Amino acid sequence: MSDIRLSLAEIVGEDCVSNREEEAYFYARDPGLMPAHKPDYVVVPKTTEEIQKIVRFASKEKIPIVPMGAGMALTGLIIPLKGGIVIDMKRMNKILEVNEKGRYVIVEGGTSHGALKSCLEKNYPRLRHSLPDAPPAATIAANVMIHGQGRLTQQYGFNSDMVTGLEIVLPSGEICKIGSCSISKGWFSKGAPLPDLSGLFLGWFGATGIITKVAIKLYPKKKMRDVDIFITDNENLVPDMIFEITHTEMAEDVLIFTQPLPMMFKDNHHVSYYITGDTDEEIEFKRKTIWKSLECFIKSKDGGFMSVPPVMKPTLLEMPQRSASRLADVKRGGGFEYSGPIVLVEKYPECSRKLVELSGKYDLAYSGMVRIIDRGHSMMFAFAFAFNRANSDMMDRTRNAFQEISDYVLKIGGVYWKATVDEQRLAIERMDPNTRNLMKMIKNNLDPNGIMNPGNWEVN
Amino acid sequence: MKYEEIVHRCFRCGYCKFTSDYNDFNCPSYRKFYFESYAPGGRMWLIRAWLNDEIKNSDHLQEILFSCATCANCVEHCVFTFSEDLVNIFIAAREEMVNKGIIPPPVRDYLKNINISGNPYKEPAEERGKWAEGSAIQPYNNQEYLFYIGCVGSYDERAKKIARAVGNLLIQAGVSIGILGARELCDGNEVRTLGEMGLFQYLAEQNTSLFKELGVKKIITLDPHAFNAFKKDYPGLEGEIEIYHYTQILAPLLQSKKIPLKEYRATITYHDPCYLGRHNGEYEAPRTILASIPGVELVEMDQNGENAFCCGGGGGNFFTDILGGGNDSPNRIRARQALDTGAQIIAIACPQCAKMLDDAVKIEELEDKLEVLDVAEIISRALS
Repeated sequence: MSDIRLSLAEIVGEDCVSNREEEAYFYARDPGLMPAHKPDYVVVPKTTEEIQKIVRFASKEKIPIVPMGAGMALTGLIIPLKGGIVIDMKRMNKILEVNEKGRYVIVEGGTSHGALKSCLEKNYPRLRHSLPDAPPAATIAANVMIHGQGRLTQQYGFNSDMVTGLEIVLPSGEICKIGSCSISKGWFSKGAPLPDLSGLFLGWFGATGIITKVAIKLYPKKKMRDVDIFITDNENLVPDMIFEITHTEMAEDVLIFTQPLPMMFKDNHHVSYYITGDTDEEIEFKRKTIWKSLECFIKSKDGGFMSVPPVMKPTLLEMPQRSASRLADVKRGGGFEYSGPIVLVEKYPECSRKLVELSGKYDLAYSGMVRIIDRGHSMMFAFAFAFNRANSDMMDRTRNAFQEISDYVLKIGGVYWKATVDEQRLAIERMDPNTRNLMKMIKNNLDPNGIMNPGNWEVN
Repeated sequence: MKYEEIVHRCFRCGYCKFTSDYNDFNCPSYRKFYFESYAPGGRMWLIRAWLNDEIKNSDHLQEILFSCATCANCVEHCVFTFSEDLVNIFIAAREEMVNKGIIPPPVRDYLKNINISGNPYKEPAEERGKWAEGSAIQPYNNQEYLFYIGCVGSYDERAKKIARAVGNLLIQAGVSIGILGARELCDGNEVRTLGEMGLFQYLAEQNTSLFKELGVKKIITLDPHAFNAFKKDYPGLEGEIEIYHYTQILAPLLQSKKIPLKEYRATITYHDPCYLGRHNGEYEAPRTILASIPGVELVEMDQNGENAFCCGGGGGNFFTDILGGGNDSPNRIRARQALDTGAQIIAIACPQCAKMLDDAVKIEELEDKLEVLDVAEIISRALS
């Protein structure tokens, strides 16, 4: 084992490799509920070349490799299920190029969303990217790798849809460029008009390669941003409301939240939509257009606009939302987890009823949060429960609730988002056999030694 | 362990290691080592694991805990209601280690030296006031203010110059000050942050009774670390004795032009000491002083004020040097941040920061581009 440590130290430097108990403990787990498993080594490389060397070495020695961003997926995707080497990518955090007119940015594989947000605000005030509600340490590469969503997902789809180029270290150690950057200096398209090879890597959780550079689309940033909330206590009408709002094409982000506290929120469904504009007139036009689209629900007495208290607005408008992390302290216990399947918007009523049912059954504090994806083509419905990390019974109850959700998701025709290994197995079992075979071909050809984040997407 | 009931509440979301605009990681030990275990979230999870017997006290765990610079960036940026206690939690964990007697050798040596010699340099007490010889600074004898120097200002060559500059300036401005000289005792701020609470309590009691015996009503401290200890951690002292950092005394004097200054042309960036800034909320006084010098252009580093990046000397690291060495040691990072502003001078208001940044400028070979000067030393250059 010490030979392996020595070899890794030769690649990244003595100080950037650890096989000590303390790092093994920390990197064995994420903040969610999945069982821990220790890595044998943790490395913090600084260059693509170092990653290439690590991968080549691991491939030769058949040692598992797990690339890691901030580790905030909560579903155990960075837990080294078969030990091996965790590659913490966060030292590779450079913003390499912002193409202002082409509206894209190229970053290194460990660059955080927070750092990009800050860079754009400071240097390119008319540009923005789709910032997720995850903490700012979440890395851009890991976020697209799990098909993350963000503030522009309602308008433009999953954050992975916004990728315009990738540099990947393949399991062989070779560097592969994906998209226009493979034949041009411009990183403006991940596929079209070429064959789109990005699908060989996006959504694979690192099981087919390690992203060392990623380019993503930037979008116009308007000077003003505001939020309105439409409330209904009839969950059956929520899909219709979403249909109306998205039809206007006036909203930036559209979220729905439902939670039992404070009491005035109980049994209500809060459709919150964000509007942006460069002028008051633009904001007012958008606001009025959306109001008009929802008028019929007011007339039928099925809903109304909530007057958003001034103290609540900054929280709603904040990006990233610190309040999302604060959910972890609802039970004064440092834990919350959510299962966020991607489902049709029409499934909102039954999902919200299921959430309340599970909360009662397992005696858990719940929060339901929905993000509309790509003008209502689907939604991410987050079944979220807070738990106390020091209360093993509560943690077990939360686990049981999520197990039930896993079965439920497939029943209603949903697809897991950032699936746990158990959910990946269920998905693979349910999958069309030819699709499964195609995945198997891809995995076996790209990673014949099975060293890349093993345990994940184990199609074999 | 104190605060044991809080430790499990950390979600390790990582807000604590950023600046408020998320521009960069701002935790000095995380920036130096880049393993999550050295970030505040890592420490919280490892302390819990240690308390639960999932990991043992090891040299490495000690390094992780004692590398915390107690800079309070995490306190400033953590999103949870227990944020105020983060540094206290890390100190409490150190206290557990100290009580069990299993601590890094440099920490042990530091505490031992304070215990035996009353200072970390193992120097005799008689040497404490030597820095003031030949100046107009007199022993304390019922002057309006006691000018408290602290161990670094009393014994370190670089810091002694700062003590002289500040003392002379105060006298020139007509402030009535006196020093304790050989009677001065260590303030104990680092003793406390390194977790030796018994020794800290002893120092606090000794200092408090000496101040009372001498009838001290007002104290000016040279060192923000002493300022912090007297203000926040000496039981009952704050109510009975007025405590100031020297910049808080100089700022109004300069603003009201009681100290006449000539033009001094320089571009200066100010480094906020953590124990003056984040720990005690004093960001303005040093800037007011610098802004009052005709010809000075004050430029800010990106990471300033409550987002200032620590020099890496806090929490005892000035003495133990656990954060020292290598390209990513916090003082070297800070020196590079200062260089990026285009300033010729890094202004500081803490003898520990001065020494840390002086060293960094030398190692980075920036001596021809950057000078590290205390605010008082800069004023001295501008005196008419």
